[in-house]
Amino acid sequence: MNVVIFMILGAVVLALVGLAAFIWSLRSGQYDDPAGAAARVLLDNDRPD
Amino acid sequence: MTAVASGCPSGIAPAAPGVILQDPSAFVTEVKGRRALDLMIRGASCAGCISRIETALLRLSGMQLARLNLSTGRMRAEWTGSLAARQVVEAIVKLGYGAAAVDPGQADVAISRPEKSLLLALTVAGIATAGVMLMSEALWFGTDLPAEARTQLHWLSALISVPATLFSGRTFFQSAWAAIRRRQLNMDVPISLAVLMALTLSLHATITGGAHAYFDAAVMLLLFLLVGRYLDARLRRQAYAAANALAAMQTTSATRLGARGVAEAVRAAEIRPGDRLLIAAGERLPVDAQVMIGESEADLRLVTGEVEPARTFPGQTLHAGAVNLAAPIEVLALAPASQSLMADIARLLEAGEQKKSSYRRIADKAVAVYVPQVHAMAALGFVGWLIAGASLPQAVFIAVTVLIITCPCAIALAAPLVQIVAAGRLFREGAYLASGDALERIATVTHVILDKTGTLTLGDPVLLQTGFTPDQLAAAAQLARASRHPFSRAIAQAAGPGTVAQGVEERSGSGVSGLVDGRSGMLGRAEFVGAKGVDGSHLWFALEGTEPVMFQFEDRLRPDARAAVDQLRRMGLSVELLSGDSPERVARAGAAAGITDWRASATPQFKAQRLQDLEAAGAKVLMVGDGLNDAAALAMAHASLAPGGAVDVSRLASDCVFSGESLGSVPRIVAIARKARARIRENFAFATIYNLVAIPIALLGWATPMVAAIAMSSSSAIVTLNALRLAAASKREKGVSA
Repeated sequence: MNVVIFMILGAVVLALVGLAAFIWSLRSGQYDDPAGAAARVLLDNDRPD
Repeated sequence: MTAVASGCPSGIAPAAPGVILQDPSAFVTEVKGRRALDLMIRGASCAGCISRIETALLRLSGMQLARLNLSTGRMRAEWTGSLAARQVVEAIVKLGYGAAAVDPGQADVAISRPEKSLLLALTVAGIATAGVMLMSEALWFGTDLPAEARTQLHWLSALISVPATLFSGRTFFQSAWAAIRRRQLNMDVPISLAVLMALTLSLHATITGGAHAYFDAAVMLLLFLLVGRYLDARLRRQAYAAANALAAMQTTSATRLGARGVAEAVRAAEIRPGDRLLIAAGERLPVDAQVMIGESEADLRLVTGEVEPARTFPGQTLHAGAVNLAAPIEVLALAPASQSLMADIARLLEAGEQKKSSYRRIADKAVAVYVPQVHAMAALGFVGWLIAGASLPQAVFIAVTVLIITCPCAIALAAPLVQIVAAGRLFREGAYLASGDALERIATVTHVILDKTGTLTLGDPVLLQTGFTPDQLAAAAQLARASRHPFSRAIAQAAGPGTVAQGVEERSGSGVSGLVDGRSGMLGRAEFVGAKGVDGSHLWFALEGTEPVMFQFEDRLRPDARAAVDQLRRMGLSVELLSGDSPERVARAGAAAGITDWRASATPQFKAQRLQDLEAAGAKVLMVGDGLNDAAALAMAHASLAPGGAVDVSRLASDCVFSGESLGSVPRIVAIARKARARIRENFAFATIYNLVAIPIALLGWATPMVAAIAMSSSSAIVTLNALRLAAASKREKGVSA
């Protein structure tokens, strides 16, 4: 049974890591312009002109 | 000046005639040694647009940053050096996009703080639901689970769900607490009660080693509700941003004359009473003002609804929204922009606002019925089981399961979800809802009152093709192209592109004269040209040595005005025309649109009075109007719509703003509102039936955590699917009409 406890606690910790990653993405403005982010992927402006 | 005729090649509607782009230098801010400008861009819709616009701006000298937010249409430009703000705007306009500087004081319409916190709450609830469900699966289906293991799983569920619920449920708890302190009930009260009761009961069960814990139900309930709230917040922000974009295209700045006659561009909001302003020909007056120097003509369409321009002279007072047509004038500002409207209109507006805030939404009515009944049932269950000989904890358990399983979820989602779907559909059609209860009010209207100028018509006069030869039209157009007068513009438009006469002189309030192919020509009022005739909605034109000819004009109807009016009638609504323009013109427009019931020369007070008379007779009126003279009526009416070109006051006073040339938006909006109302009623009917089944189950003590979870999620899903039928129906209708 103890093994299960460790497993579950591990799962909780992993979920918290995922949550922290989401909070970071939210704070860093990644949801401010979803349409623009989708479009900018098509831009090819890393070529030297 | 700064007038830019922006005909947009990317298929976006051109800027409305008479509307000019303001001098953007008033909106520039200084940030860390850089000059920054926020712009609203229209017509950008793809990666190519981003690339074109940003590249064009970065080529300007000194440009440090140019970034377009495609979701909101906002653009930020930062530069150093001597680059003028006008050059920045012009660079974008030259590409064929609409661009207008945005007041930096205006709140940014990118993702907002409350929306972000809702998204975070939603994510926490989602992750917690997933975690708790892992345990729940073992608890529900592990029939041979030893009691010790069950308690351990309960503790783990509590570890996840208690902090998650308390964090994610804050919005509901705060709103419920605020309502209780005002001695009111809102939907958040039963929600908060159910969540907190479920947590308390489950913690008790966990501590005492009981069999049933409802941790999963508590988090799941919040998850469903938060999905609804988040979508609602997002859509509301999008609608707000779109309406803002319409507004940004119309904001005005002005040229203020400083102490030593120095002219500076200022924002409309910065103008104070007593400022001297220079209004160039073609500019719109940003505030109420008195003319000091200069005679001209003013287009008062947005103020009074009259199509024919009025002469202006020193000493005269003009209201905000009037467009100066002929010659530059100097005016004295009388009021700040925020208070620039007639005092009696302001009073009527206030009365209308009060009336609207007294409207009770269907959802509020449902809460008022639902909460006492359900709580009475819970109390009944508690007392009943005590009398039947149950122990106190057993009786409490029954009462709490009643509260949990009656599912505030279905009731709480019933109306908002439908509104989200309906508002989303309206949004795609270019109509932006201002208030949440607008749809409910629009759904119940019995009368439609249309304004004429700018609502039933497009507001621009067009030339009637009668009484002149094509050669005469071509000759007159040479003079007309040099003038900003709406009638001249109509002639120029009818004649198409061509040359301009030489040595053109414009005499304000009279007409233009010049050399047309070597002969002197005159275009203007009857006495100016030397014709015998009355002045009205026509111009006279004479070439040297020929008889004067008359050009007649008509206010052009919106292309589908007649079809829209017919459709409104078929929907069982009576349609009426109420205009500030002259009787002949109103009668003609009414006849063209198929409206027999019309009233002309209506003052703002008369319009408001007419509404009150109709409402006293039991009618519920939908007012559609755009001018300053409609603002009071828009605010007083049961529900109101304004076209995108409306003045600020009218747009703010109305429940919904629709863009585009089509008047067909009006019947479409009413139809969607009616459907939304039907869906809301179905959802409440379903929630009621659901509760009729669920309450006996809970009262009899049969509600296990699994039953609660299944009942809750299935009822939410049914309510959601019913709401989504609104979106699905639109596809079918499109298929029929196409």
